[in-house]
Amino acid sequence: MTSNLSNFDLVIAGVGGQGAVKVSDIIGKAAVSEGMDVRAAETHGMAQRGGSVVNYVRVGCDLGSLIPCGSAQGMLALEPVEAMRYISDVAKDGIVVMNTSPIYPVTVTSGQCTYPDPQEIVASLEKDYRVVAFDAVALARQAGNMKTLNVVMLGAISSYLPIPEETLVECIRNMVPPKTIETNLSAFRLGRETTRQ
Amino acid sequence: MSGREYMLGNVAIARGIVEGAVDVVSGYPGTPSSEIVDTLASMKERDFYIEWSVNEKVAMEVAAGASMAGARSVVTMKHVGLNVAADPLMTLAYMGVKGGMVIIVADDPSCHSSQNEQDTRRYSVFSQIPCLEPSTPQQAKDMIPYAFELSEKYEIPVIFRSTTRISHGKSDIKLAPVRQKTGEIKFEKNPDRWVMVPKNARIRHPHLLSIQQDIRGELEVSGWNELTIEAESTVGIIACGTAAVYTKEALDRLGITASFLEIGTYPIPEDSIRQLLAKTEQVIVIEELEPVIEDQCKVIARDVGFETEIFGKADGLLPRTGEFNVDICMDGIAKAFGIDSCECKPAKQDMELPVRPPAMCPGCSHRGTFHVMKKVFGEDAVFPSDIGCYTLGIQHGTVDTTLCMGASISVASGIYDAGEKKPICCTIGDSTFFHTGINSLMNAIYNKSDITVLILDNRTTAMTGHQPNPGMGKTATREPTVEVEFDKLCSAMGAEFVEVVDPYDMDATEDVLERAKAYEGVSVVIAKRACVISAAREGIRYTPFMVDTDLCKGCRKCLKFGCPAIEFDEVSKKASINTMCSGCGLCVEICNFNAIMEVKK
Ligand code: SF4
Ligand code: SF4
Repeated sequence: MTSNLSNFDLVIAGVGGQGAVKVSDIIGKAAVSEGMDVRAAETHGMAQRGGSVVNYVRVGCDLGSLIPCGSAQGMLALEPVEAMRYISDVAKDGIVVMNTSPIYPVTVTSGQCTYPDPQEIVASLEKDYRVVAFDAVALARQAGNMKTLNVVMLGAISSYLPIPEETLVECIRNMVPPKTIETNLSAFRLGRETTRQ
Repeated sequence: MSGREYMLGNVAIARGIVEGAVDVVSGYPGTPSSEIVDTLASMKERDFYIEWSVNEKVAMEVAAGASMAGARSVVTMKHVGLNVAADPLMTLAYMGVKGGMVIIVADDPSCHSSQNEQDTRRYSVFSQIPCLEPSTPQQAKDMIPYAFELSEKYEIPVIFRSTTRISHGKSDIKLAPVRQKTGEIKFEKNPDRWVMVPKNARIRHPHLLSIQQDIRGELEVSGWNELTIEAESTVGIIACGTAAVYTKEALDRLGITASFLEIGTYPIPEDSIRQLLAKTEQVIVIEELEPVIEDQCKVIARDVGFETEIFGKADGLLPRTGEFNVDICMDGIAKAFGIDSCECKPAKQDMELPVRPPAMCPGCSHRGTFHVMKKVFGEDAVFPSDIGCYTLGIQHGTVDTTLCMGASISVASGIYDAGEKKPICCTIGDSTFFHTGINSLMNAIYNKSDITVLILDNRTTAMTGHQPNPGMGKTATREPTVEVEFDKLCSAMGAEFVEVVDPYDMDATEDVLERAKAYEGVSVVIAKRACVISAAREGIRYTPFMVDTDLCKGCRKCLKFGCPAIEFDEVSKKASINTMCSGCGLCVEICNFNAIMEVKK
């Protein structure tokens, strides 16, 4: 169930340290420079130390920052298990852009839990959502730095956001360390190509 | 500066403080409040004084003192911090202030990063200090300059209640110009006001009571409360804070029109409530945490003899615990209207997902300390602990208790005093030790406890965002200052066993802890090593480590160490070290087969 209370509600799921906040900031600033209202909520504190994180961005919305259950138009999943964990926030037929490369939690490496097969996660999500899944870590490496994973993913979701590509690119330029601008821009391009057929 | 900017709620609050022409800011870090002082302290140009104090009580007293001298002051903390500052708060209500004083308290419904979810509005009712509560980050910014004015007009501090979603929400914010400073800074002697001996307190208490009606009247028309009567509806809704915006969205989604009163001030707007009660048959009160407004509405309704039914938490329509969201508000409203709520319920998960708890960082020295501590004291020993990154040691079995800031040492003493015979070793961080641990240590030494106190000195207040503390030799604005030396401080309090050790040196740590354990009385060990995040920021880099797959037997011992950089490859049945490795070398000693070594350059 989506509504006209927000132009585009996006859920960003991932693991602390993957740069989810940065993605949400770039979208937020881009929306403001397009003259749109924007609300966002983020996870702070404990979750920054490798815990599960979920951020919300509501573009064209002047209400609260939390997205009602099952109503987000899109999800950006930086990690496969985290996509599954927060998928009930997304509306049926919503777009899910997902990185397939897992980060194992300590509970898995120490043998307390098992990690599901990422391909099974994709298959399960495809039943109800439009899924674009790919190995974003590989693309980030191709761009020249593993740490640009978040910007690869931003590139991929950018085809669906109600914000012009140039505005996002401009925000990336202004918001990443000067030395890394080129790497980040090629990460953005590589990501964007995955969702532009 | 004007225009529109995208910012964090706490940054918006900081901007409101600047717009309100503040003179003195103090605070103690605590999620979700910390970024307010961090933002102000990192400003390049500043015409106000700012500090991180050692605890909230001290911070409150600094702000109160500044205000007595006529300055506009702000003190920030999280909800549990207000308990620490409750002592000065209650008397400050009697004493009042001169320069505007705003007490910013961030509540944390759902305990995202807290040990309880108390409601600061209760302190407002308790102390009779007015409270403002924004519903959006924009309102949060706009309310602060008003709070200064209100405070100066009635010469009383003003509480400002934020919640996690305001403090850590982001939003486009319309900026306003910075006000001119007006107040003259000059402390004027006035013992009747500033000396709360019984004779004066007896006069100030009736005074405090007498200004309540005026404050209420002023707040009623202040514009922070908004009443909309829908003539065709018999239902009214009262909501406050972030719950008000959730409720607006819920009503829209349900397609319901109802009269609506949004409350942003305490004392609450009684006239508006009376108007709403008079025009409606049912009223639903929607507020996060405690039924503060709900209870008062019932009193008003009874006093006036209204028959209106009042729904809220008492009847279970809305929960008394946890954070609200649009769905909870929709559910409550739908139940009251007897209609179906949203069609969406969280999708059933048929896949089992691994839990992903936060963990201490790769290379965190606490992991080494905890490992040795467990080895020396034994798994059965008692490990009281405290609030900070090291609380994450709960996964390693090294955190047995966590009550509140500074309590680890006193809880350890209590367990010893009760007659517990097992060895007791408590842990406390550097900032926490300065906060209120000092008192507990002094008490333990003076009263002859037999415990080991491990001060985990990682040279910062890591959990809340790396704020400086008196052990670092840096102020909030990163200016150099004196550095309190833990060992000398502890010796001065009478501790006779005091040793400093580098937890990256596990052998040395083991030796010190063995001796500390054997020592009769309070032994203090200071495990000193900078937090890996701060070290990395300062440019310190170590060579990463690797697992030699020929030597690795796949015993998984290193995995139990819990470093997120160590993984296990199920195919080859060998451990491996990933790119997160910070090169601390702590895991080398864990491996019985010498399979872990530095990556050769
Ligand atoms: S932030 Fe610092 S103190 Fe906290 S877990 Fe990480 S390394 Fe340890
Ligand atoms: S050296 Fe070992 S314990 Fe230290 S960060 Fe690397 S893998 Fe973790």
